[in-house]
Amino acid sequence: MENEYRFNHKHILGLEDLSLTDIEFILNTADSFKEISTRPIKKVPTLRGKTVIHLFFEPSTRTRLSFEIAAKRMSADTFNISASTSSARKGETLLDTAMNLAAMNPDIIVIRHSSSGSPRLLANHIDASVINAGDGIHEHPSQGLLDLMTVKENKGRIDGLKIAILGDISHSRVAHSDIIGFSKMGAEVCVCGPATMLPVGIEEMGATVCVSKEEVVEGADVIMALRIQKERQTDPLIPSLREYAIFFGVSKKVVELARPDVLIMHPGPINRGVEMDPDIADGSRSVILDQVTNGVAVRMALLYLIMGREGNE
Amino acid sequence: MNGQARSLLLKNGRIIDPLSKMDKQADVLISDGKIDQIIPTGTENTFSDHDLPSFDLAGKWILPGLIDMHVHLREPGEEYKETVVSGTKAAAAGGFTAVACMPNTQPVNDSQSVTQLILAKARQGFARVYPVGAISKNSEGTELAEFGEMKEAGVVALSDDGRPVANSQLLRRALEYSANHDLLLISHSEEMSLSENGAMNEGALSTRLGLNGIPHPAEEIMIYRDMALANYVKRPIHIAHISTRESVSLIRRAKAKGWPVTAETTPHYFTLTEEAVGQYNTRAKMNPPLRTNDDVKAIKEGLLDGTIDAIATDHAPHSTLEKNVEFDQAANGIIGLETSVPLTLALVREGILTPDKMVELLSIHPARILGVTGGSLAIGATADVTVIDPEMEFIYSADKIVSKSKNSPFIDWQLKGKAILTIVGGRVMFQEG
Ligand SMILES: [Zn+2]
Repeated sequence: MENEYRFNHKHILGLEDLSLTDIEFILNTADSFKEISTRPIKKVPTLRGKTVIHLFFEPSTRTRLSFEIAAKRMSADTFNISASTSSARKGETLLDTAMNLAAMNPDIIVIRHSSSGSPRLLANHIDASVINAGDGIHEHPSQGLLDLMTVKENKGRIDGLKIAILGDISHSRVAHSDIIGFSKMGAEVCVCGPATMLPVGIEEMGATVCVSKEEVVEGADVIMALRIQKERQTDPLIPSLREYAIFFGVSKKVVELARPDVLIMHPGPINRGVEMDPDIADGSRSVILDQVTNGVAVRMALLYLIMGREGNE
Repeated sequence: MNGQARSLLLKNGRIIDPLSKMDKQADVLISDGKIDQIIPTGTENTFSDHDLPSFDLAGKWILPGLIDMHVHLREPGEEYKETVVSGTKAAAAGGFTAVACMPNTQPVNDSQSVTQLILAKARQGFARVYPVGAISKNSEGTELAEFGEMKEAGVVALSDDGRPVANSQLLRRALEYSANHDLLLISHSEEMSLSENGAMNEGALSTRLGLNGIPHPAEEIMIYRDMALANYVKRPIHIAHISTRESVSLIRRAKAKGWPVTAETTPHYFTLTEEAVGQYNTRAKMNPPLRTNDDVKAIKEGLLDGTIDAIATDHAPHSTLEKNVEFDQAANGIIGLETSVPLTLALVREGILTPDKMVELLSIHPARILGVTGGSLAIGATADVTVIDPEMEFIYSADKIVSKSKNSPFIDWQLKGKAILTIVGGRVMFQEG
């Protein structure tokens, strides 16, 4: 039965839409692509003649660069459009932009947008495949996948592991994709943060809520710290970054409560000294740079699988 | 309004007129815009042979004209969404003989001139139009609008609907001053500091969709404040579009204490839950947002026990410009005039409402709360009459919508029960088919 499986998704909008088999297939494909990035000539002709547009409505260096490298290593033609939300406010709607792009017949549009659900809106209105590179506080599926890949690579498995996620769960699309992805793969996902940063009903997404960082880290196989947004001012979520660091920052002392072979992760960029002590972020248990490397491989796999899906061409 | 014959005969229908304690088969003669005679079916009558325009309404219900006390007609300012004429045409098609239109137009109806303009447009309309004036100038919540002048121009009530009166002192003063002009205040109850970034009901679903939530206390806190102030100054207040269990409960307790409060809900709050948002369906986005199953249950209980006085639609037309966008950017509101009757009849079939109770909620109470004509089919009453076919089944398809806008979550629903004849002041304003 196994060999009857065919990857059959036109779009990658969120890990919510992917089955366990889909996720495993993507991770295996990504694993095979990883080797390409270590070759002297890091390029395969797989997507020659295909057009990938990176449509970013939010500033991003890391994610966009990672997608761009992935597409270029697959020989796709890539175009970057940084549509600031201010120009969108001048009257051109997301769908106007999408229709203009569609007229250029792209094969894939990679979109980042501050509104949750906007990749789906785009997918509903154009022929191209859509990859969500982060939408609002909804999902960031390629980041979720690269986190899964990084853990699987280092631990040999995901099933049965305890994953501790610390920080602003409410406003983190990475956390949402991670919670969905790790739960689907059979891990126990525990979250902790100031209660102001834990969204209503997070348990129904598969997470267990812990009150203290000591509790969440106890026996953990993975500690993932999330970036705290300093700029959120209208909503009083925490008294100060100093207090946050004391009660929710990943310190050397708290890491000792985890399993000795614990992995330290962060979606970046890190506020060193706030979410994490500097020597933890840069220490031997940190796999933060593996995350970056795997990001390219996962994105290559997504481009490849979407283009090669059943019924395409 | 369109001119027609001076007399009309409605034959063999079931007249449901709770104010006259009447529920029977009868013929109704309408003459000169009034209910002239009601002759029970089977009795000798003197007019059946006359050469009158007549309608055979066997199996149909003849009701006092339905009144929607909460609609947005968008004129002046947003005529591409709806106008007084197109909105009243939709009202008549949905069985409404009258609508009360909220003041959040552009400019806001906070003055005589805007009120007069709306009423002038309404002369070409298909239903009576009762303008609601603003509580504060430009509905900005800082200074009182000119209640007296607007009343003289024809407003029947006051509201800053679309937004709450956030400042409690201003609301208190508005309640007090409304006594001088005998005007009712209608409250859009919302604590904005809890709700302003929200796009849907807060809960596991909003978390899953990554949408900022609107917690239900945002509605309840303000309902309590509104009622407490109204009771303190002994002035009536009407709470618009309630959507939560606790809102029903608060109003029930206030009424038990004799507080001067009335309340309305809408068909979408007793028909749909937050699940209708599905995958970012902006046609299910409104304010207050769709809530949970438990809230729907409580709204039905409130309708059953009389806590909720009226069913209004909050008919809020928007074009694709406002709706075919990212969910969090999309405008709040759905149209409702053409779906209210079938959705309310569903509660009758469910056993929640009797036909009498339905007439109270859609006609008698709105007329009484607003202090306008209607609610009765007594001899001599103004002939505002709605005839519905409770058995008629139809698919509510977008191409059949009379309103200028198509923003309804009920599109393509199979509905049962429909207005087939709408008579305003003795004139036929809508006839099915
Ligand atoms: Zn309102």
